[in-house]
Amino acid sequence: MIPEIGHFSLILALLVALILGSVPIIGAARGNAVWMGLARPAARAQFFLIATAFICLAYTFASKDYSVGYVASNSNSKLPLQFRIAAVWGGHEGSLLLWAMILSIWTVAVSMFSKHLPDDMRARILGVMGLISVGFLLFMLVVSNPFERLIPAALDGRDLNPLLQDPGMIFHPPMLYMGYVGFSVAFAFAIAALLGGQLDSAWARWSRPWTTMAWVFLTLGIMGGSNWAYYELGWGGWWFWDAVENASFMPWLVGTALIHSLAVTEKRGSFKAWTVLLAIGAFSLSLLGTFLVRSGVLTSVHAFATDPRRGLFILVFLAVVIGGSLALFAWRAPTVGRGGKFSVISRESFLLANNVLLAVAAMSVLLGTLYPLFLDALGLGKISVGPPYFDTVFVPLMTPALFLMGIGPIARWKNATLPELAMRLRWAFAVSVATALVLPLLLGHWTPMIGLGLFLAFWIFASSVHLVRQRLAGDRATLLARMKSVPRAWWGMVIAHIGIAVFTLGVTVVKGFESEIAVRMLPGDVAHLAGYDFKFEGVQDSIGANYTASRGQLRVSKNGFERTVLSPEKRLYTVQNMPMTEAGISPALIHDLYASLGEPLEDGAWSVRIYHKPMVEWIWAGAVLMALGGLLAISDRRYRVRRKNLTEEKAVTKKSVVKKAVVKKPAAKKTVSKKVSAKV
Amino acid sequence: MVLKARHKRFILIVIGLILIGLAARLILNAFQSNMVFFYTPTQVQKGEVPKGTGFRIGGLVVAGSLKREDDGMTVHFLITDTAKTVPVIYKGVLPDLFKEGKGVVAQGKVDANGLFTASEVLAKHDENYMPPEAAEALKRAKTQGTNSLVLPK
Repeated sequence: MIPEIGHFSLILALLVALILGSVPIIGAARGNAVWMGLARPAARAQFFLIATAFICLAYTFASKDYSVGYVASNSNSKLPLQFRIAAVWGGHEGSLLLWAMILSIWTVAVSMFSKHLPDDMRARILGVMGLISVGFLLFMLVVSNPFERLIPAALDGRDLNPLLQDPGMIFHPPMLYMGYVGFSVAFAFAIAALLGGQLDSAWARWSRPWTTMAWVFLTLGIMGGSNWAYYELGWGGWWFWDAVENASFMPWLVGTALIHSLAVTEKRGSFKAWTVLLAIGAFSLSLLGTFLVRSGVLTSVHAFATDPRRGLFILVFLAVVIGGSLALFAWRAPTVGRGGKFSVISRESFLLANNVLLAVAAMSVLLGTLYPLFLDALGLGKISVGPPYFDTVFVPLMTPALFLMGIGPIARWKNATLPELAMRLRWAFAVSVATALVLPLLLGHWTPMIGLGLFLAFWIFASSVHLVRQRLAGDRATLLARMKSVPRAWWGMVIAHIGIAVFTLGVTVVKGFESEIAVRMLPGDVAHLAGYDFKFEGVQDSIGANYTASRGQLRVSKNGFERTVLSPEKRLYTVQNMPMTEAGISPALIHDLYASLGEPLEDGAWSVRIYHKPMVEWIWAGAVLMALGGLLAISDRRYRVRRKNLTEEKAVTKKSVVKKAVVKKPAAKKTVSKKVSAKV
Repeated sequence: MVLKARHKRFILIVIGLILIGLAARLILNAFQSNMVFFYTPTQVQKGEVPKGTGFRIGGLVVAGSLKREDDGMTVHFLITDTAKTVPVIYKGVLPDLFKEGKGVVAQGKVDANGLFTASEVLAKHDENYMPPEAAEALKRAKTQGTNSLVLPK
């Protein structure tokens, strides 16, 4: 019964999505307020229906109903409850439901926080999101229905892939999808602007917090995935340039370009067409990511499903979304008008250069990810491009991008001069060069790559310090008051940039100074790495909820003093008879000590891998700082105050004393008053 | 000489195009030099593989072929596509899912004696699932009609 309620809710949701995707858009074209007004209740109804379906599926998993095919393939009666719930998105069908559910959450959020938007704009945005939802719901109902019954019912489920039985599974996919799907808001804003022909600073300001929010989720989602791979796979790596990872990284690169391009569009009115193109690109790559990971075209732990009909449906869907929006772009973009002029040396130019570098980087990832697939699909042979390709490409592309990051925020809009910039940044430059030359020698050895990485990291640190000092200069008020007078969005930028520096530092140090050994160890044997002694104390058997484990113990000491104990595990998940490695890690700010068990050898010996990973935690700390910066930027007053002013003004407008309202509130910016008077 | 605004813009566009061209060249070069091709054990035996550069082979690990050297870390095993087999040497910890009789993909180089020195052994699949390269090798051997070996269990 419950699965049928879920199924029925999905069908109703599709009908509502069809209304949401058509009526308000037509209403906006005809200026029909009633039709446009339908968008908000429809968005809510859709959310309610999809959430019902989602809860039904979660309940089916929790109650161990193996008469539903999807549940039987992805769960098992011995699976702990938290993983049974997380198993909702453990396979193809359920992840699509999660996608649709998150899309409906974003849609409702837009309908709630868009009171300040013109009615036609809001109707178009919600309508476009409704159309995307139609695509996904149709896809689910036609070829990937998670509620399909299995006749006869299975006695027990085939279990969730043991790789996914980890707390990471509970947080990583929803976070990542919040990011992916969040770009649909930016996309819908862009399409709505193209349809309505309104693409100005106000549009960019409305679009910015939504885009940044999606970017924050995506950043955290990717970070979580990277950290999960680090401790779960037992190889000590944090990024593998795997197609699944690339699928999430491409929208991130383009999304990063987008939030910077939006800044220029808001402040200077430039880059309009480019911003729209990036919004289309970020969302298209999110869709492509979903396609890559969820259609079975990749052989990876993330892709279990193999069904050509699904692939075909997504290909057609992709073609319609990308082709349609690009066609609309080609048709309408020439009407958006040109922005303000700027000279070669200006903040606009630096941002443009960074945008292009990020876009080129995304293209290079796309090539490395798709080209092997194309060759394979065309029967031209199997090839693979691994980390060496991406490493070779990313260093020369990201070096100028990171260098420009230090200059951009300091340069003036419209027109800056090189000698002045050089004068202002000379100390930052000197400090970073000196660090790049000296620090590696203190740490052990110097290579050009270590020098380059440290230079870039400290260049961003030092130029950020200069930027903050310059901004807080003056003696009129107390330091605290001056700090408060600077908008939060600005602090957000500084923190996110420092996050990049922290990330770069972590990557450089871990790549330059990490060490590892793989040894055969008998109980009592001692291995030496990076000045530490690792004493292997043998392995003990233990039993988990749905696995048996061999739990090893390594006592770590330095100069005779015990420092920590590592407990790597080798698990055997009994349902699928699948072995899994759980690394034993002692994380710290300076370095991680990491051990994983290989295979049991004769006489109670094991092959053991031990890693010393200096500053590896900085990689994820950097990503957290980027996300914090993004959150701080979203909380900026100008996004809220405007809204408050506007609601006040609206209240006054209702009393039809518009002119007074505008006079009374001279603080309200022009755009707002214009909008109010235009409406009246 | 003062450049006209129009000329200035033209020069900028040219510089931009040159830079993008350079970036494209860099990417394509890196792509070409880092492509890793896939070969079947039959192709390795016939000598159709590149000398000196790395490539991937796939197939099944022949049952009973796994031998360990005394250091416990160096292993020898045979990879077969059911038509031909290739001896492989690998130093390091084998992945969780490496098993005799199961599918495997290895990346490395082959020497003059036909010994394949693996730098990486991949077995990223579950118990029932075969890595696509390994499946491909078996399929090709089958279609060529040289299926002389019994499929190892």
